[in-house]
Amino acid sequence: MPNMQMEKTPIPEQKPEVRCHNFEEVTQGYTEEMAQNEAQRCLNCKNKPCVSGCPVGVHIPDFIAHVVKGEYEEAFQTIKLTNSLPAVCGRVCPQESQCESKCVRGIKGEPVGIGRLERFVADWHMQHGSDKADKVPSNGHKVAVIGAGPAGLTCAGDLAAKGYQVTVFEALHVAGGVLMYGIPQFRLPKEIVQKEISALKEKGVEINTDMVIGKVLEIDELFNMGYEAMFVGTGAGLPNFMNIPGEDLVGTYSANEFLTRVNLMKAYKPEYDTPILDVKRVAVVGGGNVAMDAARTALRLGAEEVHIVYRRAEEQMPARKEEVHHAKEEGVIFDFLTSPVQILGDENGCVSEIECVKMELGEPDASGRRRPVEIPDSKFKMSVDCVVMAIGNSPNPLIRSTTKGLEANRKGCIVVDEETMKTTREGVYAAGDAVSGAATVILAMGGGKAAAKSIDEYIQNK
Amino acid sequence: MFQIVEKRKLNDSMTLMAVNAPFIAKKAKAGQFIILRVDEFGERIPLTVADYDREAGTVTIIYQIVGKTTMKLDQLNVGDALLDFIGPLGQASELEGYKRAAVIGGGAGCAIAWPQAKALHQMGAKVDMIAGFRNKDIIILEDEMRADSDNLYLMTDDGSNGHKGFVTSALEENIENGADYDLVVAIGPLVMMRAVVGVTKPRNIKTIISMNPIMIDGTGMCGGCRLTVGGKTKFACVDGPDFDGFEVDFDEAIKRGRTYFDKERAAAREESCRLMEGAKNA
Ligand SMILES: Cc1cc2nc3c(=O)[nH]c(=O)nc-3n(C[C@H](O)[C@H](O)[C@H](O)COP(=O)(O)OP(=O)(O)OC[C@H]3O[C@@H](n4cnc5c(N)ncnc54)[C@H](O)[C@@H]3O)c2cc1C
Ligand SMILES: Cc1cc2nc3c(=O)[nH]c(=O)nc-3n(C[C@H](O)[C@H](O)[C@H](O)COP(=O)(O)OP(=O)(O)OC[C@H]3O[C@@H](n4cnc5c(N)ncnc54)[C@H](O)[C@@H]3O)c2cc1C
Ligand code: SF4
Ligand code: SF4
Ligand code: FES
Ligand SMILES: [Mg+2]
Repeated sequence: MPNMQMEKTPIPEQKPEVRCHNFEEVTQGYTEEMAQNEAQRCLNCKNKPCVSGCPVGVHIPDFIAHVVKGEYEEAFQTIKLTNSLPAVCGRVCPQESQCESKCVRGIKGEPVGIGRLERFVADWHMQHGSDKADKVPSNGHKVAVIGAGPAGLTCAGDLAAKGYQVTVFEALHVAGGVLMYGIPQFRLPKEIVQKEISALKEKGVEINTDMVIGKVLEIDELFNMGYEAMFVGTGAGLPNFMNIPGEDLVGTYSANEFLTRVNLMKAYKPEYDTPILDVKRVAVVGGGNVAMDAARTALRLGAEEVHIVYRRAEEQMPARKEEVHHAKEEGVIFDFLTSPVQILGDENGCVSEIECVKMELGEPDASGRRRPVEIPDSKFKMSVDCVVMAIGNSPNPLIRSTTKGLEANRKGCIVVDEETMKTTREGVYAAGDAVSGAATVILAMGGGKAAAKSIDEYIQNK
Repeated sequence: MFQIVEKRKLNDSMTLMAVNAPFIAKKAKAGQFIILRVDEFGERIPLTVADYDREAGTVTIIYQIVGKTTMKLDQLNVGDALLDFIGPLGQASELEGYKRAAVIGGGAGCAIAWPQAKALHQMGAKVDMIAGFRNKDIIILEDEMRADSDNLYLMTDDGSNGHKGFVTSALEENIENGADYDLVVAIGPLVMMRAVVGVTKPRNIKTIISMNPIMIDGTGMCGGCRLTVGGKTKFACVDGPDFDGFEVDFDEAIKRGRTYFDKERAAAREESCRLMEGAKNA
């Protein structure tokens, strides 16, 4: 008999007033008992609507059925068939708009907590399972992967599993991409990302950090070095600014810089050398996951008042629901329908105020969202000592500007055939944020997977 | 890991180091830089590629000890290794096609100016190297600069080497005496570069300066190194570090360079105390 409880089994969390002062993980994960209880809410639907909502097609009811039986390792292996980073996805996928949005239990009541179960299974495996992957015998072909974010890592993992000799080249000093430098510790512990990466290395994937492709080596040289095909998963790391006055003031950060200092460089730990300003009153501009992460990071650094300044309405915020909920609980103040016009500074060139204008929703725009329009004479100022711009990132031009024949569109996204991920350059494939613009972990992984399949076909048919 | 193969003290506060980094050595050009991290707790700091040896696979850096990271770096010796060494980053200097150049280095800036003088000289330009130091005891790279230029003008603020004056005085004097520079390269403290532009702009002599804002990734990902050049935002790590001296907003750059001033001073104090302790206990 399935468990007909209407709500998801609650997941233990650190109390908001405690967690907003530390970098420990907010959500602590299900116990076995909780996982069993939640798994029993799944009806094991024949037509598996949930699976159609998952970009990599995780066999959701099958893995949940294993959880019900207490077969956690089997559950893990089932997820692994299609998803190479379950501990990450269980934590950061926007489940409410993907798998869980299609769950029949969501029609009346809450959907099955698929993400929470996925996380439970992956964490269980990390503690109890073993990763002594049987290395597949080499097929003698070499492939280079550029960028060690979720797209590149997934592509590398899939190719290694087919016997390819894969070398990943990563510009930063650690692999993981946004998972390491962007998404904060309190949402995705870095130890978990590194464990997933160690598992890949076990499979024989070689990861070379500190290698900025386009600078130290170009794609043409990699071909000359014997790599037969290339995957480009360089992400969308170029921060956008609003181009309003005052963005050059001390105390104005791009979200990338703010988060990189804290996550990648661990500026929040006294034993690390990278500095970050002691900010007290912070305005974070934007309404996505990046903005939520920056705002909640600012709180944890000791800020007393943190505002999210977003020009549209709450319903239009692209952030994951859970993040918005957590941010509110922690005391982040949301200023909806508000748009900055300039940042003002003191005599030392440090941020002192942000001037904003109020907006109202007008006619729908091309994307179907009602467009915010300025309310006349609604300007007001807020006193702040830090402004974080979290208004989106674009693909970094480094690769496309150094690779002949690699076409990009007007927005700088690499042009690919959407099915095969083939670029305009023979033997070069691309996916993830570098192709789509800033999107999600799971879409990047899905793209990396599709590319691995095409690369295999390309090399086998050569 | 990147092994240190040579270490040479240039003066009390400046050191030259050659590091084994074959991939970078193969590609580096004058004007480019590397980013390094000393150890797991270290920050990422940019240093100019002062020289390279493509065959030996080494890259030379010259650093001035100014704060915690450069102090930590200076604790390492030949045989030790740096945890990270990344590059070559930034655009190579565009030095092609000039006939007569003045290359100006201010103090530690000489470490960055010297490779540019060398590159210009090798391309056939006649090069006047003008180097300025506070006093004669801290003069560095004299032989190297002399070898890679046609004339070397060594200036000291206090005149202790017999040539008192700022680099700008030497530059103005040369121009007045008929030096028809078609290029001036100026590298040093922001105030010095601003002063050089004060001399060259009214005379409309093309002036390249090398900017050194605070950097982290060095790949265009954080935007922390942004500058206003000709009214437009540029990222020094990918668009520079060389820029047209007439176009740079110096005031803004000076303010931004001081972002972490208090924290850096505190970190440096702590580090020097720690080193003193170590010395006492040794
Ligand atoms: C703060 C933040 C929070 C987010 N939160 C979520 C979330 O909750 N859920 C979700 O699904 N998505 C989230 N995202 C989006 C998600 O992280 C990205 O869509 C995803 O990481 C894209 O993967 P990728 O592999 O394409 O690129 P990235 O993760 O960006 O990785 C690209 C890698 O390539 C490297 N690289 C770049 N250029 C070069 C070069 N020339 N040579 C070598 N290496 C290079 C980079 O250093 C980087 O490591 C968030 C993003 C940010 C910034
Ligand atoms: C492209 C470029 C090339 C450079 N080349 C050289 C060189 O060849 N030789 C040399 O001696 N110095 C060079 N510098 C400056 C050098 O990076 C700094 O002196 C060094 O980072 C100081 O670190 P610290 O911790 O010892 O000192 P700190 O006390 O932390 O800093 C002293 C000052 O150095 C600057 N600085 C601090 N952190 C950074 C950072 N992450 N990035 C850039 N500047 C910073 C700030 O203005 C600061 O006030 C270069 C800088 C840039 C951007
Ligand atoms: S990978 Fe993401 S979308 Fe797919 S089942 Fe897991 S949580 Fe849902
Ligand atoms: S739709 Fe929901 S209830 Fe049905 S199989 Fe999927 S998770 Fe289970
Ligand atoms: S150092 Fe980060 S963009 Fe230049
Ligand atoms: Mg420092």
